[in-house]
Amino acid sequence: MKSEKITKLVLVIASVVILLIFAGMAYSMIKGAIPAFKEFGLFRFILSTEWDPTEGKESYGAMPFIAGTVITSLLALIICFPLAFSTSLFIAEYFRKTKIATVLSTLVDLLAGVPSIVYGLWGFYTLRPLIAELGYAGQGYGIFTSGLILAIMIIPYATSISNEIISMVPNELKEAAYSLGATRMEVIFSVILPNARSGLVAGYILALGRALGETMAVTMLIGNANIIPKGLFSPGNTMASVIANQFGEADGIKLSALIAIGLLLFAVTAIVNFIGKIIIRKYA
Amino acid sequence: MSDKILQITNPVLSISNLSIAYGKKDKLAVKDVSADVKRNNITAIMGPSGCGKSTLLRAINRMHELYPNIHTEGEIKLNGETIYEMSTSKLRRKIGMVFQRPNPFPTMSIYENVIAGYDLNGSKLKKNEKDEIVETSLHDVGLFEEVKDSLNKKGNFLSGGQQQRLCIARALAFKPEVILMDEPTSALDPLSTAKIEDLLVELKVHYSIILVTHNMSQAARISDNAMFMYLGELVEYDKTKTMFTNPKDPRTEGYLTGKFG
Amino acid sequence: MEKALINKNEGSNWRELKNKLFFGLVIVLSGITIMPILLIVYKLLSKGLRQINLDFFFKVAPDTLQAMSAVQSGEIIPGGIANGITGTLLMVAVASLIAIPVSILIGIFLYENPGKKYASLIRNLTDILQGVPSVVLGLIAYFWIVKGVTNGFSALAGSVALSIMMLPLIIRSTEETMKMIPVSIKEAGAALGVPYHRIIFKIMIPSGFSGLMTGILLSISRVLGETAPLMLTTLGNRAINFNITKPTSAVPLQIWEFYNNPNMIDLVWSSSLFLVGFVLTLNIIAKRISTKYS
Repeated sequence: MKSEKITKLVLVIASVVILLIFAGMAYSMIKGAIPAFKEFGLFRFILSTEWDPTEGKESYGAMPFIAGTVITSLLALIICFPLAFSTSLFIAEYFRKTKIATVLSTLVDLLAGVPSIVYGLWGFYTLRPLIAELGYAGQGYGIFTSGLILAIMIIPYATSISNEIISMVPNELKEAAYSLGATRMEVIFSVILPNARSGLVAGYILALGRALGETMAVTMLIGNANIIPKGLFSPGNTMASVIANQFGEADGIKLSALIAIGLLLFAVTAIVNFIGKIIIRKYA
Repeated sequence: MSDKILQITNPVLSISNLSIAYGKKDKLAVKDVSADVKRNNITAIMGPSGCGKSTLLRAINRMHELYPNIHTEGEIKLNGETIYEMSTSKLRRKIGMVFQRPNPFPTMSIYENVIAGYDLNGSKLKKNEKDEIVETSLHDVGLFEEVKDSLNKKGNFLSGGQQQRLCIARALAFKPEVILMDEPTSALDPLSTAKIEDLLVELKVHYSIILVTHNMSQAARISDNAMFMYLGELVEYDKTKTMFTNPKDPRTEGYLTGKFG
Repeated sequence: MEKALINKNEGSNWRELKNKLFFGLVIVLSGITIMPILLIVYKLLSKGLRQINLDFFFKVAPDTLQAMSAVQSGEIIPGGIANGITGTLLMVAVASLIAIPVSILIGIFLYENPGKKYASLIRNLTDILQGVPSVVLGLIAYFWIVKGVTNGFSALAGSVALSIMMLPLIIRSTEETMKMIPVSIKEAGAALGVPYHRIIFKIMIPSGFSGLMTGILLSISRVLGETAPLMLTTLGNRAINFNITKPTSAVPLQIWEFYNNPNMIDLVWSSSLFLVGFVLTLNIIAKRISTKYS
């Protein structure tokens, strides 16, 4: 009996580690961000589009990076959706439980294993020149290139969740529609999609959460301009990429501004992920 | 006491006024049960699903305490000693248990499974002592000849019936006073079931067996005494023959004649 | 829904055609989806393979001058990434030592307390932690370790960042693994009077061993390629270093350095090939173990 109590106590103490990590994270980030918030004001810091490190008239605002993050991530989601959804239909519906579906899903899984920096390299040496040839983006850096590489990076996450959701749609429902003379495509749109909708939404929200925080590949492709992007092919910066880019040479108020951006990024990804998890838990 | 409850002298177990509730105190799974269990006999507990027979069985080695929010009242004595005053590990060494489905430890060999009760409780035995315990226990369940060449292999190649006999050997290794069996043949084919039933009849020479069963004919074939439970109450407890030929309570009669269950 | 389908029965040729076109679209888009991984692997093999030799594994990175003269005379670049390989192994080992024991305990805690409010708070926080961008964890480790403990960039700081990444992955896989072990196995232990901690350590953990291994290997393969948090914490090192309080190199950090140095471009591909090969091998081993188990 005594050993049971001790063991249970050890387990509870282990669980407290998670609380400590969260409390410590919040404390360190807020403490680090406070100078920037004080200097510029919380809302002005978030809304300001200025990022000027010139000594004497330093001024920092997060808006260019918030915009860059949101635009690249949404673009990634838009590009990712048709690809990931088709792949899920291939794996979990058309070729369900066949060898070729296994091969395809293994290849898609491999995408998740490629490190961010290798995506960056490949994007830099393969994608960027192709996009430069289109003629819209100068050397090929910018929002579009970053969105494209992000789309590729989140495909495995979106696909694996969609696969699960699609294969959970009961067979009886599909057979009912077939027995009424529906074609496969009609079954997909009138039975599978409505039944899988909230699960799919959650899957893409979680994929969005990944895109928001991706750092290296974006840093290497976005062009690192501290401005609100003016168009699809304009250079920009995301919250994650500006931290990676400028952390090395930052101190004082600039360091505090970068930490404040990290805090915002943390909050945004936490909220997005939490929403995704809640939807998926309700679904399951 | 009412005449529907069998009286026993020098019982191995004696249950008095036992009530068990899950969650809220007013929802009783076992209601005020009092009964004595006869030594070196097979005592069957019968009744429809949800009648509390498994809870009663689990209360005897305090396995029911693994569920959250359990309230237990009343007393159980093993050879006159109150079980709620013993440590669970001492109690469970004296009262072994066999489950519905064979559940040998998947990571252990046949040998390790039989000796698991000692090893996992930290008993330090010499190699030859262990060998002897494993051999006798496997002999006692009639499994030794079948597995003697593969003692160090994992038990997953055994048939369901063999696995269940291995689990019985694991319980016998402690030389317990009582063995609790929770529908031990419900997952087995008829042939394996017959073997286990024969085994139980042999084992009662040395052990007192309490057998929860869904299967009336099994109770009729091998038990000496039988309890009938309904909605948490012990309705009737008698010699099996008497109960099957001449039930005293109309609910027992209804169950035995297949009116519900 | 059924009504709509019946009404569409007219024009069944057009319906059939649409059905076929849609199928074609699915095939084409699925094909496009798998192109990148094939192209990436091809690129890495075609550009990186020729740099991979024994020196690559056992020598440290060359300096710019050595690399430049090799490139100019058309030879392969001398040296290798031994400082990165050893740094990566060191940091991942330390991160594992920190993360594995505590996350297995937390996973068991969650499994043992289903439906309790406090446990579900911990479960939610774990989920959120899994979504925290790695660059943010780099910032955290910078504050806690670089500023607070080692007074400078260090392997320990990198390990702490990586271990926070590993925690949620191992916690959830432990909980899921435990849920898959039949309750009757646990009960068999309890019925033999086995004490609670032995049920956990001698019965539950061995029974779920392969599931736990899968979770651990997958979490290691997740952090192996991480670059951003290391840029903020360990800085890099030209030499092989085993002192966890000193700056240390790592394979992804070296890729970043090579990428930024025009003379070292050839090394970028070989080190990326090595990194991807390492990560994917671990991934495949992990999946093998898990299919063998189930």
